[in-house]
Amino acid sequence: MIPPTYYLVVSIILFVLGIIGFFIKKDLITQFLSVEVMLNAANLAFITFAHSAGSLDGQIIVFFVITVAAAEAAIGLAIILLVYRKHKSIKTEDIHLMKG
Amino acid sequence: MELFLFILLSILCIGAVLGMIIVNNQAYSALFLVLAFSCTAGLFALLDAPFIAVVQIIIYAGAILVLFIFVIMMVDIKEGLTPEKKKWTMALACILAVVLLIELLVALKSALSPMATSVSGQAGNASEIGHLLFTKYLYPFEITSVLIIAAMVGAIVLVKKKDSE
Repeated sequence: MIPPTYYLVVSIILFVLGIIGFFIKKDLITQFLSVEVMLNAANLAFITFAHSAGSLDGQIIVFFVITVAAAEAAIGLAIILLVYRKHKSIKTEDIHLMKG
Repeated sequence: MELFLFILLSILCIGAVLGMIIVNNQAYSALFLVLAFSCTAGLFALLDAPFIAVVQIIIYAGAILVLFIFVIMMVDIKEGLTPEKKKWTMALACILAVVLLIELLVALKSALSPMATSVSGQAGNASEIGHLLFTKYLYPFEITSVLIIAAMVGAIVLVKKKDSE
């Protein structure tokens, strides 16, 4: 029987790695992938708590999170395609429409 | 055996995410993420959640990552990504992330000491989850369908090219 703390430590490490990836990468697609990693870390924490509390509600929440992530990926990738058509680049440094 | 599987899956998962960050090619990043999500599905299965594990593999590792790879294919970067110019932002991000990691671990240590012994949870089989979805969580479930239709229509309208151009 593995204590739930181990799973939570893995979840925390995944979340922090997602944050690092989001900040040190400069292209939109990899940043978006890092956001998915963070969502996954949260899912792992939800499942761990559902397991240790002996209830199924956490698994239902994870089901909804996965659904919302799918919708978010579709919209986000459409926006990335639009940005690429307009700027011919997906690096965040090249997108400075609102810079004064 | 269980502990061995847990350690193997966690190390593979964290290593795959590290590889995603380090590798400079977006297609390889997406493939590393497929590995990471599959390992997370294994961890879900270890936590008595077989339905969520299968959903994770089908939707995340299957559908979402295939969508990413399609977009990476359409957005072709010829010369690869140039290395980052501002080194100090990278160092700052790493320092802040390590601070956040320590903070979260301290919070975990102080929050979880009473519930260190885990109850053996009930197995999350698909029929019980389906029952809950259609009774207690009926309204969120129906609203999710509206959300998915809105996302689908939105994605199509956003990417569609105008006829006049």
